[in-house]
Amino acid sequence: MARPENKLAFDDGWQYAPAPESTDHIRIDKKYGLFIGGDFVAPDKGKYFDTINPATEQHLSRIALASEGDVDKAVKAARKAYRAWSRLKPANRGKYIYRIARIIQERAREFAAIESLDGGKPIRESRDVDIPLSAAHFFYYAGWADKLEYAFPGRRAKSLGVAGQVIPWNFPLLMAAWKIAPALACGNTVVLKPAETTPLTALKLAEVIADAGLPPGVVNIVTGAGETGAAVVTHPGVDKVAFTGSTEIGRVIQKALAGTDKKYTLELGGKAANIIFADAAIDQAVEGIVNGIFFNQGHVCCAGSRLLVQESVAEEVVQKLRDRMETLIVGDPLDKNTDIGAINSAQQLEKIEAYLAIGQEEGARMHQSSCAVPDKGYWCRPTIFTDVSQSNRVVQEEIFGPVLAIQTFRTFSEAMTKANNTPYGLSGGVWTDKGAKIFKMTRGIRAGVIWANTFNKFDPTSPFGGYKESGMGREGGLHGLDAYLKLEA
Amino acid sequence: MSLAAVKNASRLPDLSRVARVDEVGVDERVARFQTRSIKKASKIEALKLILSMIDLTTLEGQDTPGKVRQLCQKAIHLHDEIPGLPHVAAVCVYPTMVGVAREALKGRDIRIASVATAFPSGMAPLSVKLEETRLAVSEGADEIDMVISRGAFLAGDYRKVFDEIGTIKQACGGVHLKVILETGELGTLDRVRRASVLAMHAGADFIKTSTGKIQPAATMQVTLVMLQAIRDYFYETGRMVGMKPAGGISNAKLAVHYLVMLRETLGSAWMTPEWFRFGASSLANDVLMQIRKQMTGIYQSADYFSMD
Repeated sequence: MARPENKLAFDDGWQYAPAPESTDHIRIDKKYGLFIGGDFVAPDKGKYFDTINPATEQHLSRIALASEGDVDKAVKAARKAYRAWSRLKPANRGKYIYRIARIIQERAREFAAIESLDGGKPIRESRDVDIPLSAAHFFYYAGWADKLEYAFPGRRAKSLGVAGQVIPWNFPLLMAAWKIAPALACGNTVVLKPAETTPLTALKLAEVIADAGLPPGVVNIVTGAGETGAAVVTHPGVDKVAFTGSTEIGRVIQKALAGTDKKYTLELGGKAANIIFADAAIDQAVEGIVNGIFFNQGHVCCAGSRLLVQESVAEEVVQKLRDRMETLIVGDPLDKNTDIGAINSAQQLEKIEAYLAIGQEEGARMHQSSCAVPDKGYWCRPTIFTDVSQSNRVVQEEIFGPVLAIQTFRTFSEAMTKANNTPYGLSGGVWTDKGAKIFKMTRGIRAGVIWANTFNKFDPTSPFGGYKESGMGREGGLHGLDAYLKLEA
Repeated sequence: MSLAAVKNASRLPDLSRVARVDEVGVDERVARFQTRSIKKASKIEALKLILSMIDLTTLEGQDTPGKVRQLCQKAIHLHDEIPGLPHVAAVCVYPTMVGVAREALKGRDIRIASVATAFPSGMAPLSVKLEETRLAVSEGADEIDMVISRGAFLAGDYRKVFDEIGTIKQACGGVHLKVILETGELGTLDRVRRASVLAMHAGADFIKTSTGKIQPAATMQVTLVMLQAIRDYFYETGRMVGMKPAGGISNAKLAVHYLVMLRETLGSAWMTPEWFRFGASSLANDVLMQIRKQMTGIYQSADYFSMD
């Protein structure tokens, strides 16, 4: 049995010197227009908004605010391009998408640095996860372009038309890739709206798309906030809506689409349970907890934000987790050694801090790592709540930050009940040394993705999506094609 | 059985309760340590720390007093051209060479480690192992590096392995005991973890990966599992146990990764030669070369560093 008085020390002795990624090689324009019909054009009302670096609060660029009229132009451009694009020889569509993938790879360093500057995520993640996975998605769906008849044997796969896509700020380029790649492979054209706090890599992607020689109007990118997104979703010329974001907005979209014949996929919130059994490889499970909740500052819809740990090992797990949290480096997102970067926006930080207060009011015990955080910018120390129960708001509601609620369970069925007892059902994790237990648990949890003895693993070949309030439809893999096709007998 | 042995026997840990190890997860964690970027002042500090943690080793059938004396000179004078360098922690030799090393290191703050217990195979009766240990201690060894009986361990005779370590520990008296698990012969990380627990409960002051005679020798994966076992033992008992990866760590970059792993697993208290050693014969020169590079910006050829 571990004794709490036997403490490890991580704050003194040898420290790592700063190792910042250089930003000399990147170019960010002072001002960005809207990417419509193959060109960057000024917004019709001449309005712009700022995008800032959340780690320093420094201004990065001015971004065009697309009005309803601009969105209409974008949809018309997409409609105009659709005729030729959908009739293009499928292998040629594939060729264009492969080109996009290759250019992203070639410019990976630039994309990684900009993603970290604009969104606050550590360069280690944008470099090792976001950008390579974005390229992988384009590569994967490029391969499908001329094989759609094999994907759905016995049925004819036809494109839908114009896809209106609205994406979140947590994985800006990756979400753009998730949306654009399958849409194009299936012969659709696109109007994409990036999140207002992280528009830069989508605009850089517009440059890539132009460089790849895609016909004008096949991909259009309109920047703006909620109103612009609403204009994209509700535009009568849009045949298919794809949205990733909060459950709250997802509901609004679903209402708006009711009664229309638009096809849609919604990828919404989550409150995933990461379940640790006593017979798990505990040290590796602790890594899985860290990866599950602190990856991308916890701004992950499938984050393992609830820990369910078997009571007999709970103390040990919490002690190890607390020590592990002390070794997490919080700070400059561009430093190669940073594990946890900046919270994406002031608004999100406010929301997280409100939940920290709620958790404590509800009687949970809060523990944060002892690290210092910079004065400027938006920061939240890695946080865990113990002594929480199923009825607490920090257990039920999505916080979308580096905040973990830790509950204990005694039996297998109790774990399963608690795991399912939430309005969400996006992901889950199971940690045990017993194969049979893995299968039994993964069959019983209603969630779109369940990881066993690992967490937050993504691959373009694997479908992703939610049950219940976590959304509908699947993205990625073969299933991801279905969302962009009309299948006829 | 002596009274002490009886006392020991009652402390055989329940190995069925030892934490399980997931190899895929271990690989991932190790990869994370390797992405740490160590530059500038923190790199120089790390390189100097590594030098001070080296057990400079010669364990060959062809070892002679001459060879051992030269090794001891290297231990004292790593590279006098660069002022302010530390000396290594220890030299590691066979028991018959302990006397020679003692003489060569007289008045120096460098410890003498001797392998014992029928190194490297451990295939000898306990009486022979004890005799060898006593000889090494009486010749003046400060530290004994023993091997466990891997055959007994693999056959499930944990009691025998446990008692053997306990008995050798007694024969060491106050001399530090390092217990070599020879992880390359244990086969799985689960067994490495169990053997670590067994050795620590039996009284090991240090646990050590390998003899250097079997491949694979030290790997970061194996070392991580042993460090985690040390941490859990510390959580339980409050007693610190040292760690020595040995064999296969021949360049500075890899050694820095080990330090990163040590720092993020056990913390600052273990970041000294008292609690962490590198068993290596050729690591020192690569570290020296890197220090030189950090100071001047230029790599010097191997010919500028003494090879003893």
